[in-house]
Amino acid sequence: MAKSKPVRKKKPAPKPKATSPATQHAVEQFLYCQAEILDGKRWQDYVDLFTDDGVYWMPPEPSHKTWDGMPAIFAEDKNVMTVRMKRVLHPDAWSQRPLWGTNHVVGNVIIEKESPNGDVVARSRFHMMELRRDDVRHFAGSYLHHLKKTGKGYRIKLQRVDMTNAQAAYDYVLQVWV
Amino acid sequence: MLQERIPDLSKYVEPDRVRKAVYTDPQLFELEMQRIHEKVWIYCGHESQVPKVGDYYTVQVGRQPMIMVRGKDNRVHVLYNRCPHRGNMLCGDRHGNTGEFFRCSYHAWTFQHDGRLRTIPMMESGYQGTSWGRDNPDCNVKPAARVESYRGFVFASLAQDGPTLLEFLGRSKIAFDDICDRSPEGEVEVVPTCFRVVQHSNWKIFLENQLDALHPSVTHQSTGRAAHEVEKEIEKRTGKAPLSYHMLSAFATVTIDKWDGFQTLNYPHGHCILTGYMGLRPKDPDTLEYERVLAKAYGEKRKEEILSTNIHHVLIYPGLSVQSPLQQLRAVRPLGVDKTLTEIWHFRLKGAPEPIYRRALAYYNLVNSPSTMINADDLENFWKCQVGLQSEGGEWVNFQRHFGRDIEKDGVVETGPNMGTSEAPMRGQMKAWAQFMTAEK
Repeated sequence: MAKSKPVRKKKPAPKPKATSPATQHAVEQFLYCQAEILDGKRWQDYVDLFTDDGVYWMPPEPSHKTWDGMPAIFAEDKNVMTVRMKRVLHPDAWSQRPLWGTNHVVGNVIIEKESPNGDVVARSRFHMMELRRDDVRHFAGSYLHHLKKTGKGYRIKLQRVDMTNAQAAYDYVLQVWV
Repeated sequence: MLQERIPDLSKYVEPDRVRKAVYTDPQLFELEMQRIHEKVWIYCGHESQVPKVGDYYTVQVGRQPMIMVRGKDNRVHVLYNRCPHRGNMLCGDRHGNTGEFFRCSYHAWTFQHDGRLRTIPMMESGYQGTSWGRDNPDCNVKPAARVESYRGFVFASLAQDGPTLLEFLGRSKIAFDDICDRSPEGEVEVVPTCFRVVQHSNWKIFLENQLDALHPSVTHQSTGRAAHEVEKEIEKRTGKAPLSYHMLSAFATVTIDKWDGFQTLNYPHGHCILTGYMGLRPKDPDTLEYERVLAKAYGEKRKEEILSTNIHHVLIYPGLSVQSPLQQLRAVRPLGVDKTLTEIWHFRLKGAPEPIYRRALAYYNLVNSPSTMINADDLENFWKCQVGLQSEGGEWVNFQRHFGRDIEKDGVVETGPNMGTSEAPMRGQMKAWAQFMTAEK
């Protein structure tokens, strides 16, 4: 007989932790603002949302547990993010010159963990529509945010983006963070 | 029919220019699939992609959906992904393990990994008195006419006759020697993530760009400059920036006037080499440690030979670009006259220290991933070329840069001194194209 795939015990869906409405509200507002910053092309503001050791990570496969030493679609510290920002803002970034815009919607916000110091781990879902010249592309997936509570509000220590599209061939490429 | 419409294919290619139809005519595309991609040696994958019996990867060879599978005999077989019964594809996933044998999802015919028929449900009663049965080779899954591998890299040819793989590769086999020799064990293994990116342009536009030494400082100026600014800033802060910044900044710091200092070597069959420019042999502790490991494995003299191999990348016509000093490759799968898929793989040098893998990984992620800051601008150019070429604004594509000044000896065309931006690679590729297209059957 052809081997059937081993039946893997499915991980039970994590139960949402009871969290205060205030935390839920603050995290949601943070994620909405992040979406606005991205759609508004306020790249420096976006980079500033990260802690100094923060990382933006988009794994190519959901099974990846770390970005360190692994192939990744994005695995960027603030320095690499700054390269990406400077590139996009350069007048001769030819492929970014045409009409281009995005629209993010974020929802399904679940607070996974809240530490006594106020740091938060939150999961959410996003949908992004992108317009480039006359072409529309759709991207969707989930975010995992490790947020550090600071005097200036939350800062991102890790943003993991599991994009469902990442499993298929990319029609063209991604030029900035999703 | 096509032959009537195109009485002389050689009219499309002159030594220093080609007709635009070569990139835009869907009928010519069909013809080149027949006469080039479904005839010559095409890269299928690396043996380490299918380490266990029954492991398979599906792969497109020309227009043909194929399966590369590890058999019980431990050999890698390449078969058409088609059940001989009613034509159903045997493997619907991109990769996986098929177990002890293939089993068609439609009527449960089963086949060995080499394609031979194993069982048909109720074979005796169902096919009594017919020509179908185990002795009829038409009941087997059709294998690729020829399969060969060189140092773990598996190629298939769908034509019975033709040169052997090594004859076909000629001196371009250095791509695989270089990538493997850089491992102290002489072998590489695949990193099991494949980046796949679709380009909206003809497959030849990508190949021509690979050795186009004039384009980097123009096309990639924005990324080169951005990386250079951050590189300088990190250096000021910490004294030293990681090599990955240099890999990007080199696109701008090697200014347009300096690219003539490099060289391309152009071989028969369209294969060619661009010499190195990234300075991948710094004197940092990681590199020195790697050099010690290599010297221990090969001896000092051989180590020097290996590390002084001067390659940026090797193009193996008509569908593979190997960047051997950074252990990665891009396989080109034409999907249509104006649509091309690239499959991009990274390899580990067996036995080499971890930092060497990580250094190449940074390039794989920054330059070759779907978030590439480099290829984004290439693909934009390729698409613009495709649209421009489809217009009636002109008939010819020009390849005259440094034309007439190439140096030819023993069938190898070298660019002349300080003529690295010569369009010799495009001339060489189109010459090979014309030879393939007009070859006697």
